[in-house]
Amino acid sequence: MDLPKDLKYSEEHEWVKEEGDKVRIGITDFAQSELGDIVFVELPEVGDELEADEPFGSVESVKTVSELYAPISGKVVEVNEELEDSPEFVNESPYEKAWMVIIEPSDKSEMDNLMDAAGYEEMTSED
Amino acid sequence: MAGKQTPLYEVYAESNGKTIDFGGWDLPVQFSGIKQEHEAVRTKAGLFDVSHMGEIEVKGKGTLSFLQKVLTNNVLKAKNGACQYTAMCYEDGGTIDDLVLYKRADDNVLLVVNASNIEKDFKWLKEHATEDVEVVNVSEAYAQLSVQGPKAEEISQRLTNEDLSEITFFKFREGVSFAGKDVLVSRTGYTGEDGFEIYCKPEDAVHLWRSILEEGESDGLLPCGLGARDTLRFEAKLALYGQELSKDITPIEAGIGFAVKTDKEEDFIGKEVLKKQKEEGAPRKLSGLEMIDKGIPRTDYEVFKDGEKIGFVTTGTQSPTLKKNVGLAMIDSEHAELGNIVEVQVRKRRLKAEIVKTPFYKRG
Repeated sequence: MDLPKDLKYSEEHEWVKEEGDKVRIGITDFAQSELGDIVFVELPEVGDELEADEPFGSVESVKTVSELYAPISGKVVEVNEELEDSPEFVNESPYEKAWMVIIEPSDKSEMDNLMDAAGYEEMTSED
Repeated sequence: MAGKQTPLYEVYAESNGKTIDFGGWDLPVQFSGIKQEHEAVRTKAGLFDVSHMGEIEVKGKGTLSFLQKVLTNNVLKAKNGACQYTAMCYEDGGTIDDLVLYKRADDNVLLVVNASNIEKDFKWLKEHATEDVEVVNVSEAYAQLSVQGPKAEEISQRLTNEDLSEITFFKFREGVSFAGKDVLVSRTGYTGEDGFEIYCKPEDAVHLWRSILEEGESDGLLPCGLGARDTLRFEAKLALYGQELSKDITPIEAGIGFAVKTDKEEDFIGKEVLKKQKEEGAPRKLSGLEMIDKGIPRTDYEVFKDGEKIGFVTTGTQSPTLKKNVGLAMIDSEHAELGNIVEVQVRKRRLKAEIVKTPFYKRG
């Protein structure tokens, strides 16, 4: 399982990458592997406000629908439009091509609630 | 908590099988991936473990007259060595189960039923059995493998001296030596492709599984899970009990009226309602939906027309063959005409869809 050390991770299997005063969000390699072939990604729009731990979109595999939960709160400033036509990026490149949204965090201290790679690895290996 | 396991549970890991709970069974949802497995079955071949299916034997001199009363199809039309798709209904026409009947002789019939319905079916059959029949749940005596796809016959033929071309569609043969084991082979399946279902003793299942995988490897045969089984049967509009069929859905509504012979002489349970639906039309109809807006219809999503609820989705996904977001839905008959534009409630949004013809896939 691929787990970049420079990212933070949520219990709901999202990764978060700090980029200056913004953060980039996607789902983990573990999550995509559990979900199987992704065929549809539903994302919010630029300007939407995300609230930590609340659903902000969904990913659908052939078999199921899974909600995406915001790892932290903030305002959406960019959305990965490419996922609309290429949902398979989520399986092929969960940390690079399949980033989902970029947000401006409303409270950066929420980052402290997230896990580092080692913590996330421990959590997923317990399942 | 661990669920029930088939005799093949131990070999799933050899092919990276990922198991899920399916009605109390630990069964593989996928091996290499649903899309890849689906395509293998459509273009080459796939191997499925379907040992969870139930088998119930009906024996004795009253066998045919008893089955004629509890099943919707005309069992008298089934020749020895033939399979027949049929349904078992309640008095109100609601479906207890859909099943495949294997006619061995006038006094010996094997019923293959859905795993989740074994106990219910067995109880119903026992309750209605006449004194001159014996009903036995023999589910534990059989494991079942399914080889499906355009290359299924070629691969299977290399493992037996029996001439498989003689076993035509919906026929079966017992006492067949297959990869050295004694099996029952039928040309049946649940994928919309040609293929065979192989019934064997539980202790022979692992040997058969490995033999078929090895023999089929060079032809592109893949081990397949329940995920691909579901998308394959869905595209071919083969009903799944619990979705297209239930105690609240009649076989006529579900589009399997061909298995309901209301003109057979003998009365059968549910006949009155089913005959009326056949003659006057059922109030609802299993229909195809193709999404116009972006989104995927899923089981139980509601369907609307002009703000009024007109039905619900029974199964939906992105069709791996067509690459379109499609569904099957139980729609009020007055709204079920082809081309009608309806709305599907996908979570918080109502998305446009069109009523389209089915099946989504038919073997060429």
